[in-house]
Amino acid sequence: MARFIERHPAWALIAIVAIAVLLWLVFAIWPPGLEQAIGRKRVFLNAVFNGITLGGLYFLVASGFTLIFGLMRNVNLAHGSLYLFGGYIGYAISTWTGSWLLSFIVAFIGVALVGVILQIVVFRRMEGQDLRQTMVTIGLSIVFADLMLWVFGGDFYQIQTPAWLIGPIQLPLVTAIKSSGEPVYLGYPLVRLVIFAASVVIGIAMWLALNRTRVGMIVRAGVDDRDILAATGVRIQLVFVLVFALGAGLAGIAGVVGGTFQSLSPGEDTRFLLASLVVVIVGGMGSIPGAALGAIIIGLAEQLGSVYIPTYAIVVTFLIMVLVLALRPQGLLARR
Amino acid sequence: MLKGSVGLIALGSLLLSGTAFAQEKIKVGVTATLEGTYTVLGEDGMRGHQTALNVLGKKIGDKELEFVVASTDATPDSAVRAVRKLIEQDKVQILLSPLSGDEGIAVKNFAKTHPELTFINAASGAQETTYVDPAPNFFRYNMDGAQWQVGLGKYAYETKKYRKIATVGEDYSFIYTQVFGLVLEFCGAGGQVTNRQWVPLGTKDFASVIAALPDDVDAIYLGLGGADAVNFLNQYQQAGGKAHLMGGSIMIDQTILSSKGNAKNALIGTIAASGQADTWEDPGWQKFVKAYQDAFPPAKRFPSPSLLATNYYDSTMALILALRQVNGDLSNNQAKFREALAKIELDAPNGKIKLDSNRQAIGTNFVTEVVDDGKGALFSKVVKVIPNVNQTLGYDPAVFSKIGLPSRTVPECKKY
Repeated sequence: MARFIERHPAWALIAIVAIAVLLWLVFAIWPPGLEQAIGRKRVFLNAVFNGITLGGLYFLVASGFTLIFGLMRNVNLAHGSLYLFGGYIGYAISTWTGSWLLSFIVAFIGVALVGVILQIVVFRRMEGQDLRQTMVTIGLSIVFADLMLWVFGGDFYQIQTPAWLIGPIQLPLVTAIKSSGEPVYLGYPLVRLVIFAASVVIGIAMWLALNRTRVGMIVRAGVDDRDILAATGVRIQLVFVLVFALGAGLAGIAGVVGGTFQSLSPGEDTRFLLASLVVVIVGGMGSIPGAALGAIIIGLAEQLGSVYIPTYAIVVTFLIMVLVLALRPQGLLARR
Repeated sequence: MLKGSVGLIALGSLLLSGTAFAQEKIKVGVTATLEGTYTVLGEDGMRGHQTALNVLGKKIGDKELEFVVASTDATPDSAVRAVRKLIEQDKVQILLSPLSGDEGIAVKNFAKTHPELTFINAASGAQETTYVDPAPNFFRYNMDGAQWQVGLGKYAYETKKYRKIATVGEDYSFIYTQVFGLVLEFCGAGGQVTNRQWVPLGTKDFASVIAALPDDVDAIYLGLGGADAVNFLNQYQQAGGKAHLMGGSIMIDQTILSSKGNAKNALIGTIAASGQADTWEDPGWQKFVKAYQDAFPPAKRFPSPSLLATNYYDSTMALILALRQVNGDLSNNQAKFREALAKIELDAPNGKIKLDSNRQAIGTNFVTEVVDDGKGALFSKVVKVIPNVNQTLGYDPAVFSKIGLPSRTVPECKKY
């Protein structure tokens, strides 16, 4: 942080001013002139919160994707299929048992198993052949999509939100003052906050696991140079299987989350594959903090875009990607 | 050994195709949105098509109809690609296409490059398709989005006493046309439309759109369909939304009313208008509903046919009846067949349908209200039936043409 400020004082100043403005926008009561210029504060706050919570979902999908890429240099283009499959498992479990939490566990385990099978049966056979792996994963994603269409049909599935999570809660953020002087607080869907909190917890847990544990150390060493790591006697294939299982399982969990606050249907697999590609390209391939930053940026861009420039909302995310590719092609937080 | 059996199979299939050629076929290409946001709509459209074949049969004199289905995703280029494939690879002679608004405009323009073939619109409902520069070989037996909103504006203003409304709709031609019909009538009656929000087709996260809904209006009109509508309702429920709702023709439709989950319950009491009403007592409609229900097991269909099923049924019916009138004669660039299509009057399940000089349907419209049948299933109940709705919505054509084409901002909220 301090080094960044020393090296790029101008950028650091801009960043600090931007953060200050954002904080003011969130906490201050907007003067009437501002409300007239850019609309009500409630809309702005909602868009910001939605962007961040949507970012939480994107992070769940993209973190598995980036983890697998970072360690195995394997662009798994079937990652979207794992997301959708996790969602369908979650739907089946939650309608069968009525338990929302159980559906997360089963989806994680189920999709992680698929990941293990993929790693052992497919990727181990073509290790180090990037292009071949990429082509095979494209093929697999098409096969998976058709299999899921066959089993689940083209319907929309929605995982039932548990009753205690339905409805809005009041946040201690004042959006306006009524003429009687009574403050109006922001009401926000509880389920999105819970899901965001869960993805933060998962993100921190992953960071801790990678940076504070022995397995994490091995994984990080593998990211840097897997040949040397293998030469030191680490059973690298086992590490690969574990990481692939974790990455796939995270996609499965994300599927349940996505099925809860959006919906599941054919086509969602490619949408989330695209989203996680954009997120990791912006954040930096192979970097977990990069995936988090990229996910928040893309989530905010989508939501603020859909409110303030609805016509061009779709373009904004890709504009960001193009900008990042032009100015910092390795991604915002990539190490190299 | 292997070679031998391959040879046998090849020989066998040759023989088989030989017998099939004994009967002349008429090849018809069908497109439906079997991918993307409108998947469910496309699937039910195909069910309607199948129901028509069950009821009417595939025989045209001594010829038989053969259908080739291609999938689209509601984008115009996917529709043109599908239609081109059907014509160039499958050599179809007649097209039953497409389903969605933007697709309709694109296919109509494409139809002009193939004047020797005939295009029957399957379900698309953008006004421009048949109103601006219509193709002589493109026939539409369903009403457009604006015709499908006739009656709603007045009902909202006079009976429900709504004075100010806002609209949220998908950003493409069919919904422009729907909002066009609504605004003309509602503002004509004296109401105000304060805000029109447009979201891209395929939006998943509506949370910010919901937050931006104005709260000083009497009702909010939803012009959404398919997955978008389901996502909207789900997030609307999570945000604790409580406004009065009004619905477009594919919003208040079995594709949404029978979706899984309880978010759809926000729609109970919602008023809407469409080219059909689920609970209409007309015997023709009831017969159609029965035929639809009998054709598919309950898990593979909706409790009652959606608007898309009805449209596909009607267009397939027009195709078969007109072909029978000319005894399958497609000679002379299908001239006789087209003449029959232009003249035919359909006794369709959702009311009588005939075509105007642009080959656009004049039909019956329904104002409806969503009710719970007591067992948790939702249906649209008839409030009002309006016969003989034409494309200019009863306006003098000269006045109508001055309003402009449906778009994000047209028409203005005033009396024309």
